[in-house]
Amino acid sequence: MARIEIENLTKKFGELAALDNVSISLEKGQIVGLLGPNGSGKTTLIKILNGLLTPTGGSAKINGMEPGVGTKKVVAYLPDRNALPDYMTTDQLMDLYGDFFADFNRLKAEAMVDDLGIDRKQQMKKMSKGTKEKLQLCLVMAREAEVYLLDEPIGGVDPATRDYILKTIISNYNEDAVVIISTHLIADIESVLDDVIFLKNGKVELHKSAEEIREETGESVDQLFREVFKC
Amino acid sequence: MEWNFRNGIPIYTQIIDEMTMRIASGAYKPGDKVPAVRELAMDAGVNPNTMQRALAELERRGLVYSERTSGRFITNEESVLKDLREDLAKRYFDELTEKLGKIGMDQEDIRSAVGSWLDGLEK
Repeated sequence: MARIEIENLTKKFGELAALDNVSISLEKGQIVGLLGPNGSGKTTLIKILNGLLTPTGGSAKINGMEPGVGTKKVVAYLPDRNALPDYMTTDQLMDLYGDFFADFNRLKAEAMVDDLGIDRKQQMKKMSKGTKEKLQLCLVMAREAEVYLLDEPIGGVDPATRDYILKTIISNYNEDAVVIISTHLIADIESVLDDVIFLKNGKVELHKSAEEIREETGESVDQLFREVFKC
Repeated sequence: MEWNFRNGIPIYTQIIDEMTMRIASGAYKPGDKVPAVRELAMDAGVNPNTMQRALAELERRGLVYSERTSGRFITNEESVLKDLREDLAKRYFDELTEKLGKIGMDQEDIRSAVGSWLDGLEK
């Protein structure tokens, strides 16, 4: 059974189809790039996999289950904006994650927080934008989940931190997990991807291994993206 | 050691080239243990599956061998290493002569240019 099975998935907001008959099947043991320009449906797809939105038609399943209580145990989600109570300190947020998620590895979280120089006693609301993003990512990546859904994980952080984050993703990668990274900073992440999915106007434009793309086109994924989505 | 990847070339072939160079140049010595896949992947900033694929190919070519429980090692076979260096040398000569050909040098020109260049080095 595929870890993630999406069949004929459609999501409409009024007349607008944010996702239009999308079918994607993902096996475990992969790092997948969900790539597309603004408004192509990336966040909508991730939100459906999280159970934050319900499909208009079709289905999205994780381990054969519709998104819900059962899947939230195994899905680690990094939203595209902060959803954590920002009056809490780093330590308190780690407590919170430990309470909520049985797969939260506190030691791992502490090690990442320290590596990135995040103050454990500081309230989240007093942190810079980049530091907030780093902290959220530490919390998410410290879970030993089966599915990681990372919505724009590297958008607001400096290049050195980007490298650290990618290394964290690689080191956390395990054969049982699927990691989905949505982003448009393709050049920065393409070397860590197995598969890439291009979304265009809510449809899957391309789903292929990154190495195949390089082999067949002689281009980087980033270059191909710029061609496919040329304005 | 630094890893640099170029656009538009499969990463696993670039890893193979880099590892081959490290073996040929002695950065990895015969019998050295090859770091674990994940460690190498993190170091290079690439997908672990890609690194795995590259190491499997190096193994197929006989440049590394694996021992069931203890991991991968650089080959001790002198003949494999000798072939490897010869292959690389041939490749560099091919590249060189192709480039010199493009700027209009024929075989004779190249032969004498190489000779005088080597003489220059000796001084």
